[in-house]
Amino acid sequence: MIKELVIMAAKLVSGSNIRWQGCEPVVRQRIYFANHTSNLDALVIWAALPPQLRDAARPVAARDYWIKNRVKRYLANKVFNAVLIERLKPTTRDNPLTDMLAAMEQSHSLIIFPEGGRQSSGEMGPFKGGLYHLAMERPDVEFVPVLVENLNRILPKGEFLPVPVLGSVTFGTPIKLELGESKAAFLERAQAAIKALHHL
Amino acid sequence: MTPQLDRQTCVLVGGVVALLGIGSVVGGILSRLATNETAHATIHNLNARLKAWWIMVGIFALAMATGGIGSVVLFGLTSFLALREFITLTPTGRGDHRTLFWVFFVILPLQYYLIAIHWYGFFAIMIPVYAFLFIPLRSAVAGDCERFLERTAKIQWSLMACVYCVSYVPALLSLEIPGYAHQNGKLMFYFVLVAQLSDVLQYAWGKTLGNRKILPSVSPNKTWAGFWGGVLCATLVGAALWWVTPFNPWQAAGMSLAITLMGFSGGLVMSAIKRDRGVKDYGHLIEGHGGVLDRIDSLCFAAPVFFHLTRYFFT
Repeated sequence: MIKELVIMAAKLVSGSNIRWQGCEPVVRQRIYFANHTSNLDALVIWAALPPQLRDAARPVAARDYWIKNRVKRYLANKVFNAVLIERLKPTTRDNPLTDMLAAMEQSHSLIIFPEGGRQSSGEMGPFKGGLYHLAMERPDVEFVPVLVENLNRILPKGEFLPVPVLGSVTFGTPIKLELGESKAAFLERAQAAIKALHHL
Repeated sequence: MTPQLDRQTCVLVGGVVALLGIGSVVGGILSRLATNETAHATIHNLNARLKAWWIMVGIFALAMATGGIGSVVLFGLTSFLALREFITLTPTGRGDHRTLFWVFFVILPLQYYLIAIHWYGFFAIMIPVYAFLFIPLRSAVAGDCERFLERTAKIQWSLMACVYCVSYVPALLSLEIPGYAHQNGKLMFYFVLVAQLSDVLQYAWGKTLGNRKILPSVSPNKTWAGFWGGVLCATLVGAALWWVTPFNPWQAAGMSLAITLMGFSGGLVMSAIKRDRGVKDYGHLIEGHGGVLDRIDSLCFAAPVFFHLTRYFFT
């Protein structure tokens, strides 16, 4: 019930402008990687997926943010079943990659934000290496680039009141790690795949 | 002063329904006759538009039947959706976030509240005086000076076009016209009918025999044949419907001419903004028409002028 309400609210906020441009919404294990501009990103992408895909998809999110209060904890655990990772002091025991790979072992799809944090400028920041390591470990999985637009205008970093402009979510053509491709080259190609989806 | 469902209103609504019925039958026949790809696309768009018209007429009739408050709520929501489309297309800055919050959630509802309580002295100046001074102030307080004047102009213009101008449609219900008490709903219906009919007729004439464009750099669809055909026909229809208004036939013709010319201007200005932003439509909410703003661009310019002409000459 709360889950349905959250999904409805997320679609209302984003204006339900969802485009599948480079792939079809089919049930298969995927890693959706997106630009990160707002706290709404994970929620809106997750809600944009059709129900069957949504149930299998888990947003990867920062533990320090999502355990702050009861509402956030409830949302992260009970509503969108987030994979909470340590971003402040990752150690070998608390390696974010381990949690993500464990989730993928249970045939879940992931929604990740390779920039790590939100960019207040709206420009995409450099990608962290996690995406590459995931690709190394799971070369069989499709990596789907996702562009979220305007969500930073709905709820920018540091604001708590949303402004109802129309956002959009665009799913692009999946990429895979090429044989012998370097980390830098793969990350750059991944970022370019998101940028290529620009509409506005 | 709630609009009543009198006999004349029923005739008006019945007429529109009959017109749409004929349109739908013709559209159905045409879609069977269409042979080539372009004709098929045009007819498909025509039928989508007709379908959307049925829904819009239904909503409008329902709002009128609930009396004044229904119309105020309907146009308030319309303003909200139009403003949303406009602001989405218009890049604003980081420092405008809270200004925009005020615009959407305080200024817009306040304007329609003032309309609902018929406070002419305040609803006519609230946005041009108070809101227009408040907007740059709030953005300045946010401390972001980058492209300040440009950002302020964008927000002010969006408020002007989507909220202030559109709110003059339900404001027609607040006019106190001697000998026309409790009949203002018909005046509002008349206004919307003439403005939209002018749009439809300009489109129809333009599609059938127009090819000389008026301003191809602004709007590729506006032709001279469409303009003259649309303006003349809509003015004639407006004059023929004088009996539902407080005007005599000649006055009704003059008012309709003003509505159609202002409607045309609104379409032209909104097109210029769309070309500048590199889009064809403001949105996708109404199938076949585009966004809400694409449908109401003519109302936007015509409503305040029609309101003030009526207020000056007839109250």
